[in-house]
Amino acid sequence: MAYALQQLINGISLGMIYGLIAVGYTMVYGIIGMINFAHGDIFMVGAFISLIAILMLISGGMMEGPAAILLVLVISMAFTALYGWTVERVAYRPLRGSFRLAPLISAIGMSIVLQNFVQVSQGARVKPLEPQITGGVELMREGNFVVQLSYMQILIIVSTLAVLAIFTWLVTQTALGRAMRACEQDRKMAALLGINTDRTISLAFVIGAALASVAGTLYLLRYGIADFFMGFIVGVKAFTAAVLGGIGSLPGAVLGGLLIGLIETFWSAYFSVQYKDVAAFGILVLALVFLPTGLLGRQEVEKV
Amino acid sequence: MAQTMLEVDNLATGYGAVQALKGVSLHVDKGEIVTLIGANGAGKSTLLMSICGEPRARAGRVLLDGEDITARPTHEIMRGGVAQSPEGRRIFPRMSVLENLVMGAQAAGQDPATQLPRVYDLFPRLKERQAQRGGTLSGGEQQMLAIGRALMSRPRLLLLDEPSLGLAPLISRQIFAAIRALNESEGLTVLLVEQNANQALRLAHRGYVLVTGRITMSGSGAELLARPEIRDAYLGGSH
Repeated sequence: MAYALQQLINGISLGMIYGLIAVGYTMVYGIIGMINFAHGDIFMVGAFISLIAILMLISGGMMEGPAAILLVLVISMAFTALYGWTVERVAYRPLRGSFRLAPLISAIGMSIVLQNFVQVSQGARVKPLEPQITGGVELMREGNFVVQLSYMQILIIVSTLAVLAIFTWLVTQTALGRAMRACEQDRKMAALLGINTDRTISLAFVIGAALASVAGTLYLLRYGIADFFMGFIVGVKAFTAAVLGGIGSLPGAVLGGLLIGLIETFWSAYFSVQYKDVAAFGILVLALVFLPTGLLGRQEVEKV
Repeated sequence: MAQTMLEVDNLATGYGAVQALKGVSLHVDKGEIVTLIGANGAGKSTLLMSICGEPRARAGRVLLDGEDITARPTHEIMRGGVAQSPEGRRIFPRMSVLENLVMGAQAAGQDPATQLPRVYDLFPRLKERQAQRGGTLSGGEQQMLAIGRALMSRPRLLLLDEPSLGLAPLISRQIFAAIRALNESEGLTVLLVEQNANQALRLAHRGYVLVTGRITMSGSGAELLARPEIRDAYLGGSH
């Protein structure tokens, strides 16, 4: 019982990281109908920018307390958003109006570009980071087994909820969010109402990249490593989460992320850590075969 | 001398290899209701869309209040005082009626709060339905919403594509009455595309006839209504 509770906590905190990334996949898909295969690498870039920011703060002796973490998050979001904007501007916008596969191929190319750029500029080796946030709250004890909610997990859960709350408010309550939903439902009509659709699409990439950078920062702090290839597996899992939740559905992306996090964690805890990726990708196959519209996706196939 | 609001000068455009408009010239004066009649596929909707820059003109010019807007991006044209209720209505299906209306105002820089009462006065049904999703409205309600949404931007020039399509005669008369009321009370300039030529020509000050991408006839609404070739081609069997 205690063991399962611990896994539940671990699964939720991992799932929230997937959810943050999945939102970026699903948002871009909703608006321009393409899978941004470079999004996982944007997450990786976010992790690296945080790493650099943390190391700079450490060398300045300022990596102390929640304010420092917040500063790292803000720096990472700002720079990663710039990457997201640039990727769209350079690799996708010129192909708008082209055949459907063109931006997908361009996205794969962009993914390789980002990986190689980081590999060349930061080196190919895995970068370790000493644990910055240690300790936790003891929830219960069963024999020798202690169920712990670590401060790191609290940080993940609290910051993800905060970021998603801001994001939800942005999408549902603001003029920008309305413009994004309008573009998602009928881009031509949005333009006929005076919406600058190119700008709205750019903003979707900027917001998606900012969310992915939060995920990157949290992932780095939790697992203490970053390397140029880390975006691939995490990205594909977040993509799986988006598909499972129903691609195009924002709440679906978060739900899918949580489910993938839980499935992966429980699989590792009860079956096999080595095969945890098989569990996650098995879900992708099952979802595509039996539930192609996902859990919260719309039934009808819509042209975007 | 009436002031020209919209001038379309020898406009040609199309989709891919299809040439939909082959040099169309027309003008709409300030405060006028002008209708464009023609058969299915004559290019009426393409003309309205092309005035908004989508599809782009391949030749010719579009002038709004004397300013050349041919090369402007669509969103800038629409922010400059043009609004369209397009073919197929294009309501945002998963937004509420209220949000659809707010979308009409927001990019044009109008305050939704001041524009909403005007539109609700014109179409009280929209107020009753304001919390409902756009996609769940009936055809007539969607048409009202499309027109209402266009009016939210307080346009100088309103482009209406088949406002009576698929509507019961009573509702279609209501919509035509609303257009006339706006024109008379606010001096709204309207370019109206219609298949229902009879009703449209009665409403409009002037009309043009579009046949396979070219203007073949023009004149006042009454003149066109009286012409035998119009009666045969567009009014046969209607009302």
